Amino acid sequence: MRRRFSWGAGLWLFIGAAYFLIPLVATLLFSLKSNETGQCCSLSSYGEILHDPAFWKTLRLSLILAVETIVIALVLLIPTVYCVHLKLPRLRPVIGFLALIPFVVPPIILVVGLLDVFKGSPSWFYAEPYGFLVGAYVILAFPYIYFALDAGFRAIDVHTLTEASQNLGANWRTTLFSVILPNIRAAALAGAFLTLAIVMGEFTIASLATFDTFPIYLQYINQNKAYPAAAVTLIAFAITWGAMLSLLLVGRDRAVQLGGAK
Amino acid sequence: MAFVELRSLRREFGETVALDGIDLSLEQGEFLSLLGPSGCGKTTALRIVAGFDRPDAGTVLVGGKDMTRIPPNKRDMGMVFQAYSLFPNMTAERNVEFGLKIRGLHTSNRRGKVEELLELVGLGHARKRYPHQLSGGMQQRVALARALAIEPRVLLLDEPLSALDAKVRVQLREEIRRIQSRLGITTIYVTHDQEEALSISDRVAVLSQGHIEQVGPPGEIYDDPATPFVADFVGTMNRLEGTVEGDGIVAYGETRLAIAAARGRAQGERVMVLVRPETVELGPTNGDGTSSTITGEIISHTFLGANMRLKIAGATSDLTADVPASRAGAYPVGMRVQAHFPGETARVLTLEELPAPAPVDH
Amino acid sequence: MEAGRGVRLPLAWLVVLPFFLYAFAFMFLPAGKVLFGAFQDADGGFTLANLEEITNEPYRTSFKTSIEVSLVTALLGGALGFLIAYSTIRDGTPRWIRSAFTTFSGVAANFAGIPLAAAFIATAGTIGIVTQFLAGHGYNPYEHGFTLFSKTGVELVYLYFQIPLMILVIAPAIDGLKQEWREAAANLGATPRQFWRHVGLPVLTPSLLGAVVLLFGNSFAAYATAYALTGGSVPLVPITIGFYLSGDVLSNPHLSHALALGMFVVLAVMMAIYVPLQRISSRWVK
Repeated sequence: MRRRFSWGAGLWLFIGAAYFLIPLVATLLFSLKSNETGQCCSLSSYGEILHDPAFWKTLRLSLILAVETIVIALVLLIPTVYCVHLKLPRLRPVIGFLALIPFVVPPIILVVGLLDVFKGSPSWFYAEPYGFLVGAYVILAFPYIYFALDAGFRAIDVHTLTEASQNLGANWRTTLFSVILPNIRAAALAGAFLTLAIVMGEFTIASLATFDTFPIYLQYINQNKAYPAAAVTLIAFAITWGAMLSLLLVGRDRAVQLGGAK
Repeated sequence: MAFVELRSLRREFGETVALDGIDLSLEQGEFLSLLGPSGCGKTTALRIVAGFDRPDAGTVLVGGKDMTRIPPNKRDMGMVFQAYSLFPNMTAERNVEFGLKIRGLHTSNRRGKVEELLELVGLGHARKRYPHQLSGGMQQRVALARALAIEPRVLLLDEPLSALDAKVRVQLREEIRRIQSRLGITTIYVTHDQEEALSISDRVAVLSQGHIEQVGPPGEIYDDPATPFVADFVGTMNRLEGTVEGDGIVAYGETRLAIAAARGRAQGERVMVLVRPETVELGPTNGDGTSSTITGEIISHTFLGANMRLKIAGATSDLTADVPASRAGAYPVGMRVQAHFPGETARVLTLEELPAPAPVDH
Repeated sequence: MEAGRGVRLPLAWLVVLPFFLYAFAFMFLPAGKVLFGAFQDADGGFTLANLEEITNEPYRTSFKTSIEVSLVTALLGGALGFLIAYSTIRDGTPRWIRSAFTTFSGVAANFAGIPLAAAFIATAGTIGIVTQFLAGHGYNPYEHGFTLFSKTGVELVYLYFQIPLMILVIAPAIDGLKQEWREAAANLGATPRQFWRHVGLPVLTPSLLGAVVLLFGNSFAAYATAYALTGGSVPLVPITIGFYLSGDVLSNPHLSHALALGMFVVLAVMMAIYVPLQRISSRWVK
């Protein structure tokens, strides 16, 4: 049916667009206020942030943690999901169920338990973000990476590819690296970018376990410096945007999923 | 007086002309099929009649009244879609009941009608089932019952059987015809399957690229195609290009064919001779001047069940002949034969701009 | 079964083992510790005292507030999200609008936490851009009882990630409403309103309910945004748990476990409602 553009629809779209855009525009304007006059327009807040060594230090740390989380999660999950699809299909609903647990045991609950369980563990793990924090982050990322990989494996015919590869004489390693991995690249990348967004935004566990990551720095600025807080917020927003855009470029028509600190 | 009339319907989508000003009329109670390949405009025409699309020009009349501007929910027509049209949240019963409920009929009145219709389509036992619990064929039966429940003046079917298995298709199309006959509802049936159209319609309208190539009873469409397109699209047809050489004589390569339909045509006119494969016989000529003969070598056999389709390489082009499968053994591949066909039953078309034969599924 | 099979199967189990070990160590163990810890007293013995304690003040208020905020943002976010999603999908809207909203929703749903709080402070805080704009035109909301650093403020901010979440979750369901149903309904005489009443909304209901439930859980579990916005002045269950962990209160540590158990129960109930609803909606909208 040829339908006309409806004014009712237009209204809701306008309200939606306004509600989404106003805070961003306001943040931009706020960030451009100079520290002395409290008026527009100055880039001094941005300068303050970008010259702050703590900004770069925490940003670097969070990026490294993100990469570490992604690597560990993929190394754990790719062979697992592959095996499940290939040989252990009965496990699929089990893992699917496990993937729902992080929604029922959110970061605020998880951190209580993690601190308790690992209290006595060696300090190279417990006191280091690269150890304890990443350990937690892998669990946070797990549902998103799993669903992405699961969809990716479902889209290819795992059995046929594997059997064809073996038939042509390849061993398991070759099959995995040369045949399977290239075909789930898009799914793995999609999961990776989601994880990046999650780790870059994760505050709850980092804060309560007293680590010094990028979101902790954001909160510090937020509490102490009004205008720079807006500036660094936009920088963080730009980073999230960058990750999502990359996700779109990689994922194309895959449905976008959700994550992040709340 | 025509009950349903389409006058000069025109519809364009950007650069493409979907309907090029078509005219069509149906008598009350008639079953007319719109037949053609994808993109010919048949579905567009149907949707315009139903009210889901508005023509750029032209009118739709039902019972003499102009329907073109009337919204689809006020046209009093019943439509059966290709698939997925049953409301998933309702049982078969409630689906059929829907139109009656909207019209405000009381529950007690509705119940009886719904039962009657479900029995009519053979699904009385399945009335409490949901669409996802029904097979494709059953779903379409419910869709039919639902469309009939409102006692529409016109019944529209948009390729209702395309999504179903072959066996179910044959069964269901005959049932649709039977029910339509009994109820006497004027019906427009859209399909790309020529066998379907020919087997159940009162008349068939063959469409191509937005215009009507031919309208007529199935026999006429099959035996007497008016254009090369119709000849090609409906059934298999041998197309022999030749030149008129004398009264009723067509020169086809080296051969002279005696074709009754070529009488009265101008000398030197380029024509296409149409011959049905089943009229081609193999063997010696009977020498009485009424059969036209082509000599050639058999190059392939295709098993069609009851018949064997033989391809014979003639001098100019290939000839297709259908022989009963039981006799096919007498004509192995490689054998040189004389193929002849009766000169009276062949048809002749003028060769103007002849488009390349469309790839047709036989 | 060939002999070779018997050798292969254990290998597959070996491959998946690391993942399960990891999930056990970093998910089950901590979760178990928390949930069982709720039933322990200071000496490690079994007790229901913790559970009893959290039904008193101030925890009662925390749960009440959390449920209220979650309900409001789930219902409001659900309704607005649905209306916006439908407006982007319906036939008359240009395609690019839908892409724009989908992309933005993907970003906005992930934008929660500290940055979101900061953005709203910059917008509607005491010297926020919008606040000053309104004040300049004679109406300062802060002089009329509004403050961003309240329950209402939290609800307002939460909507910023609830609405996009709703849009992303409900869009596939709206897509699943087949064109044929709408046309068939019209053909049988129904007006658009009748279509929605008898077919459209009933078919969407499982998805709508499921999405609202998802939104509820999402809001209930949120911590960072509320913390950054209010510093803890609005009593929410996650915030209260956070206080315990930061060592703000000296009493029984197992109280935080009990609170966590309370949260877990709420979220588990949400999951128990959501999963069957998903199954129903995927059955109808095939």
